Amino acid sequence: MGHYTSPIRAQEVTGGLTYHDVTESVLKPLESKPNKLWLMATGLSMVALGIGLFCLGYTLWVGIGTWGLNKTIGWAFDITNFVFWVGIGHAGTLISAILLLFRQTWRNSINRSAEAMTIFAVICAAVFPVIHMGRPWLGAFWVLPLPNTRGPLWVNFNSPLLWDVFAISTYFSVSLVFWYLGLVPDFATVRDRAKGKIAKLAYGGLALGWNGSAKTWYRFELVSLILAGLATPLVLSVHTIVSFDFATSVIPGWHTTIFPPYFVAGAIFSGFGMVQTLLVVMRKVYKLEHMITLQHMEAMAYIILLTGSLVGIAYTTEFFIAWYSGNHFESFAFVNRAFGPYWWSYWIMMSCNVFTPQLYWFKKIRQSMLATFILSIFVNIGMWFERFVIIVTSLHRDYLPSSWAMYTPTWIEFGILLGTFGIFFTFFFLFAKFFPVVNMFEVKTLIKVPHSPQEEYAEQHAEVPIG
Amino acid sequence: MQNSTQKFLLGKFKDPDTTSASVKALSAEGIRVYDVYSPFPIHGMEKLLGFKRSRLTVAAFFFGLTGTTLAVLMQVYMMVWDWPIDIGGKPFFQGPALVPVTFELTVLFAAFGMVFTFLFVNKLFPWKKTIIFDERVTDDVFVVAVDQARLYDKDKAEDIMKKSGAFAIAEQEVDDPYFDVF
Repeated sequence: MGHYTSPIRAQEVTGGLTYHDVTESVLKPLESKPNKLWLMATGLSMVALGIGLFCLGYTLWVGIGTWGLNKTIGWAFDITNFVFWVGIGHAGTLISAILLLFRQTWRNSINRSAEAMTIFAVICAAVFPVIHMGRPWLGAFWVLPLPNTRGPLWVNFNSPLLWDVFAISTYFSVSLVFWYLGLVPDFATVRDRAKGKIAKLAYGGLALGWNGSAKTWYRFELVSLILAGLATPLVLSVHTIVSFDFATSVIPGWHTTIFPPYFVAGAIFSGFGMVQTLLVVMRKVYKLEHMITLQHMEAMAYIILLTGSLVGIAYTTEFFIAWYSGNHFESFAFVNRAFGPYWWSYWIMMSCNVFTPQLYWFKKIRQSMLATFILSIFVNIGMWFERFVIIVTSLHRDYLPSSWAMYTPTWIEFGILLGTFGIFFTFFFLFAKFFPVVNMFEVKTLIKVPHSPQEEYAEQHAEVPIG
Repeated sequence: MQNSTQKFLLGKFKDPDTTSASVKALSAEGIRVYDVYSPFPIHGMEKLLGFKRSRLTVAAFFFGLTGTTLAVLMQVYMMVWDWPIDIGGKPFFQGPALVPVTFELTVLFAAFGMVFTFLFVNKLFPWKKTIIFDERVTDDVFVVAVDQARLYDKDKAEDIMKKSGAFAIAEQEVDDPYFDVF
């Protein structure tokens, strides 16, 4: 409640920061000229983006024959990347919505950047289903119920691929609105401090005339809470529906009821991996260690440890059920995953998702930012391979041995993957330069003001409990 | 709606506790507080200022219900009535298959409807000229504003504000102050 914190709990904002200190330290990068490091990093991301755009253009011009797909393996790099990026996004919504409902105040200093990450990751994800259609300029009629001259012949609402369209677009737009709404009070802070003409105009527009009136705050908090309530089932539904893309098919290795919870746990796992990767660097470069403390990094490590172990249980359960079902196709699919031609991808997945996160049991590892950075990269790699394993190893051994095939990605596919990292980091660096990267007003609610004579007066006159 | 220039008495504070105390003390003396401005939400302030419970939650429910209804009607119209397709002899109306899209549209309508209602009732829009009583009210200053037209004893109000911890007292004229409040 308010800014009261139990004396037993560790402070969430350290270093005795005042309200004004929070504003100053968060807005410092925004209000100063971009430095060389930022220009170099953004430039590098734009190069990656450029390579990606070239490969995308080449794919659209020539067709998806430029990819390594064949008759047996119809989904590979494209859908792997799609599921990977959608999963990344889930940590942002977990932090902004679910942790808000559970009153976990440590989310306050990391929610802004995590939500930004969500939005950029979903943009990256959306690229793949669009281009994997081959002729995306016709795609609007395949994925949206648009009136057309063929009947109208509508989309098929029984198809999980169509559910995906609705799930991802709702997820994206609701996350965007939630993120923007939280940004409005902070944009007002930037507006009120802006010196330049352009800054005044831009942030004046974005701030929507916010002035911190009590009535606005009251409604704002209510709206945030309901949006969190709506976003919570939404985020669970999104990866559930993504898992339906596989689970409702009859392919051995895909046709399993464990998929929805297993995908959601994996998504949160991978998302927190990415949040850690980004925040380890950002808190250092932007000197935000007093707001994004070691305690915050540890809390994320706990979630990674939990979800990583959940994913481990899911892998084991799948194997057990494959054997226990007595279904030859099912057990073959799983033995082939671990010991077949793609065994290396399976063991990369197992090592990065199940084994290495166990190091987070040690406090020394959780508190070492170098170790955290390395482990979080491992999580990202592992979760990319999880999707690769699920998709490619289940497809490459078809029912007929004459159809068995192998899949090798082409450089065009690598280029597109690189391009999505370019999109992601270009957006993220622009965000880091032009947006308040920490939610200032929520962090300010966590600060305990020192005892003063005025406080005594307040205590004497307060009958309604305040604070 | 009044459309005039009003003079306001402003008490400026450095922290939420003294701000709340001041509002409490002012209302105890029967002085009506026009509004409180703060860099972050102050818990319990809505009770001190006597706000009625917001009906935004009700609005959200009905927006959600609209989404649910439209989603079901759309899917049934397209799959059953307008162009039914025989997919392996399965029935045209398949209840469970309609759930995901119905759920997503419910959330979509509820979220967007509520946010736009919020922006509408608070009259928030891009490039709005807003009342700013202190440039640092979005940074670290808390302002308690009292409309002087509704104030009988100005000195008393000033005194209460000072006693409850105001670091500054100011006056400011504002055009059309009741534009925001309804």
